[in-house]
Amino acid sequence: MKRFLGFVKKEFLHIFRDYRTLFIIFGIPVAQILIFGFAISTDVKNAGVAFLDLSKDETTQKLTDKIISSGFFKRTENLTSYSEIEDIFRKGKTKEVIIFEKNFGKKLQNEGKASMSLIADGSEPNTATLITNYTMAIVSDFNTDISGFKANNPMLIQPEVKMFYNPELKSQHMFVPGVITMILILICALMTSVTITREKELGTMEVLLVSPLRPIQIILGKVVPYFLLSFINVILILVLSWLVFGLSVKGSIILLLAESMLYIMLSLSVGILISTVSNSMQQAIFISLVGMMLPTILLSGFIYPIENMDKAYDLISYMLPPRYFITIIKSIMIKGTGFLYVWKETLVLISMTILFIVMSVRKFKIRLE
Amino acid sequence: MTDQLSQGCPGKQNSDPEKQMQKVIESTDISKAFGSTKALNDITFSVDESEIFGLIGPDGAGKTTLFRIIATLLRPDNGEMKVLGQDCITGFKELRRNIGYMPGRFSLYQDLTVEENLNFYATVFGTTVKENYDLISDIYSHIEPFKKRLTGKLSGGMKQKLALSCALIHKPKLLILDEPTTGVDAVSRYEFWAMLAKLRQHNITIIVSTPYMDEAMRCDRVALIQNGLILSVAPPQKIRDGFSRKLFMIKASEKYKLIIALRKYPGTVTAYPFGDSVHVTFSDDRIDESLFRFLSEEGLSNVTAGETEAGIEDRFLELMEKGATA
Amino acid sequence: MNEKVIYVKNLVKKFGSFVANDNLSFEVFGGEIFGFLGANGAGKTTAIRILSGLSSPTSGEVFVAGINASKNPEEIKKQIGYMSQKFSLYEDLTVKENIMLYGGIYGLSKSLIKERTDNLLEKLNFREYGDKLIAALPLGLRQKLAFSIAVFHEPKIVFLDEPTGGVDPITRRQFWEMIYETAARGITVFVTTHYMDEAEYCDRISIMSEGKIVALDTPENLKKLYNAGTVEEVFIKIARPVNN
Repeated sequence: MKRFLGFVKKEFLHIFRDYRTLFIIFGIPVAQILIFGFAISTDVKNAGVAFLDLSKDETTQKLTDKIISSGFFKRTENLTSYSEIEDIFRKGKTKEVIIFEKNFGKKLQNEGKASMSLIADGSEPNTATLITNYTMAIVSDFNTDISGFKANNPMLIQPEVKMFYNPELKSQHMFVPGVITMILILICALMTSVTITREKELGTMEVLLVSPLRPIQIILGKVVPYFLLSFINVILILVLSWLVFGLSVKGSIILLLAESMLYIMLSLSVGILISTVSNSMQQAIFISLVGMMLPTILLSGFIYPIENMDKAYDLISYMLPPRYFITIIKSIMIKGTGFLYVWKETLVLISMTILFIVMSVRKFKIRLE
Repeated sequence: MTDQLSQGCPGKQNSDPEKQMQKVIESTDISKAFGSTKALNDITFSVDESEIFGLIGPDGAGKTTLFRIIATLLRPDNGEMKVLGQDCITGFKELRRNIGYMPGRFSLYQDLTVEENLNFYATVFGTTVKENYDLISDIYSHIEPFKKRLTGKLSGGMKQKLALSCALIHKPKLLILDEPTTGVDAVSRYEFWAMLAKLRQHNITIIVSTPYMDEAMRCDRVALIQNGLILSVAPPQKIRDGFSRKLFMIKASEKYKLIIALRKYPGTVTAYPFGDSVHVTFSDDRIDESLFRFLSEEGLSNVTAGETEAGIEDRFLELMEKGATA
Repeated sequence: MNEKVIYVKNLVKKFGSFVANDNLSFEVFGGEIFGFLGANGAGKTTAIRILSGLSSPTSGEVFVAGINASKNPEEIKKQIGYMSQKFSLYEDLTVKENIMLYGGIYGLSKSLIKERTDNLLEKLNFREYGDKLIAALPLGLRQKLAFSIAVFHEPKIVFLDEPTGGVDPITRRQFWEMIYETAARGITVFVTTHYMDEAEYCDRISIMSEGKIVALDTPENLKKLYNAGTVEEVFIKIARPVNN
């Protein structure tokens, strides 16, 4: 028994003297609670809604106000015709378009019913379902309010729900783009950071440094194979999702591949940067996984929409490359948009890539200290 | 504390007295600290062309740190280091083309074959295996039959030969070998030094570090280093001959008892076990009857004693003792 | 003491078709300093692992401290001490913590541990190092401490795997004096080393080559037999390095 206790005591000593282990044991749970508690919310908050009011009467005005003042929605635009709908979804800020038919109020008065359409952005199926449900609840409430005045002649507004993009609300549409984003950054960052620190650990880096090879040659030499292989990976995933889930790319495949190549470049340079600050493979893996994986999954908009997050976390997500790429890839794959709609995000990715590469080359030590 | 004899002149074989003795390495007051630990302290020495220069000292003496400075991998805190005429800090780019470096533990890619490793290093240095094959053929021929084998599967001695080949493949002017024989068996060590001796013919200067004192005798000149300080720089014979007292060799049937007894004996200055005997120095530099009487009183049998020549290790121990008291 | 603390007869260890230990037979007596030499790859490490209960023989008789190594390897571990060059002490624990840990593992009582710890620190001149982390100690001190801890529980045999690698000549000799003193107390010391002069300090040595024992005797006898001045010469004459 004493042997056993002696051994247990030693293990405690190891743990308390290693800040990394302490971080894993205490730091990560705390961070997770905070993130799950505040950032991640499955509730609807500030969802963008646009109105196409073909009636513009007192009733539609009242209903519109009720919807907006509920706190779940935020008015983005007032549309004037059907042709504007596609465009507003492409822009991305609007998640639902509410259409009131002509003579809404009058029809309600005279015929006892009127129609309205709820068109939701199906590229995020969960959110779309939630949003339409909330809207319908508000409408139903409205129904009760106005019917109250005419007990024996209830008036009914029946909203008709349609999905724009992904009419069947297939969740693959949400998860395949997210998976591509996550896999690429994890694998690329992890792989490059590990391969460089491995050389440091084995001691072969010393000999490379003393050779005529320049740092940029070493860095690019490490990056090229992973670049090619990741690219093949992307194609593989797209083909698989097409074969297995029937998910096809709505927009330009060439644009998609070009953006993927940019993102791969970015992810690889993140890995290089990590390797310049890590002294061991263990450290590199730790930073890559813990530092990148959790924020990517939780805060980039992969699973939980950014709009639903508190401002603070929203700001954090601005610093994460995956956030931008998810927007790009969803736009192209599911909404079929062209470059014009994603140029902003593309620009951010390009600047980040250049920044990381420059930082890496400068931080790459040509000596051992 | 530094017992420095003149470098590179009397006693060194030089067939052409007019030949300009270019110093391949010139180290002046080099110091280096890591945090609060001083790894190197005012290191001054030089190495001549085509020399085999040995840096002898135990673990932690500063050998690897010094070599890394010479190889341009570390910057000294103070002092000047000139290698092949260039400053090691500013001239590193040029230098890295002309040095061959073999760090401890060989640093080869374990998951590449013998052939692949050699080709890689040749290519990185802008040459091919064919071009300088004659230089490494003596060494490489031992492992060539295994060229398709993964490096990780080679024995220690073979890895050593491969590492040496890779360091030589671009025909460097200076070869820096950091403890190439540590952890390798005696036979391989022996063969390795034979290979180094042959390299002299190609005008390659070699600086090599080792914790094995006996290997010091194979060098043209050595520097003894301990705790970041150089204790002595000279041809090994001169260092050995610098032993300040007469050295005696004493044997008895019971080794351990002998050491204890000798340390008790009033006339003893130092007593160190050396293989099957004990090397002893006496305050009056001689043995007399009283020693034998003392030893037999202590219960020792079969005692033999006689004068012996000091080896380089004896001198190293003496210098270390002096260093400890200084 | 002529008790056989190690008795090996026809020991064979195979890994697949590769024979690492090929019919080894030898004995080691109580209080002996036994040197176990051989080139890398000759099979030394395999044999030591079997003797220390870490691995089982393929065939043959192996008795360590009277215990059958094939049947009760776990029992052996209680009777032996072990120190290897690669690992000896936990770097992020202090000197005292390491001692207490190993003392506890070997089942010594608290009071006995305290008493022996004080003695150990006194003997090694370690008084002021008691609460220092191992990582802060120089190599020579670590090796001496590791050895002391390996024999802390007064085992019958202590196995030392290249204990003096890279250490300075003075510390090496001090280490060997500790070995002498330990053997004088009756603890058998089974040591491997690459330093040929250390082989001379042993009472008897064996030299392995390609899985077999090719020499086993006192250093003096071997030197006479092979007409050599040093054990190193003997070694070079008979131990071919393994190239496969």
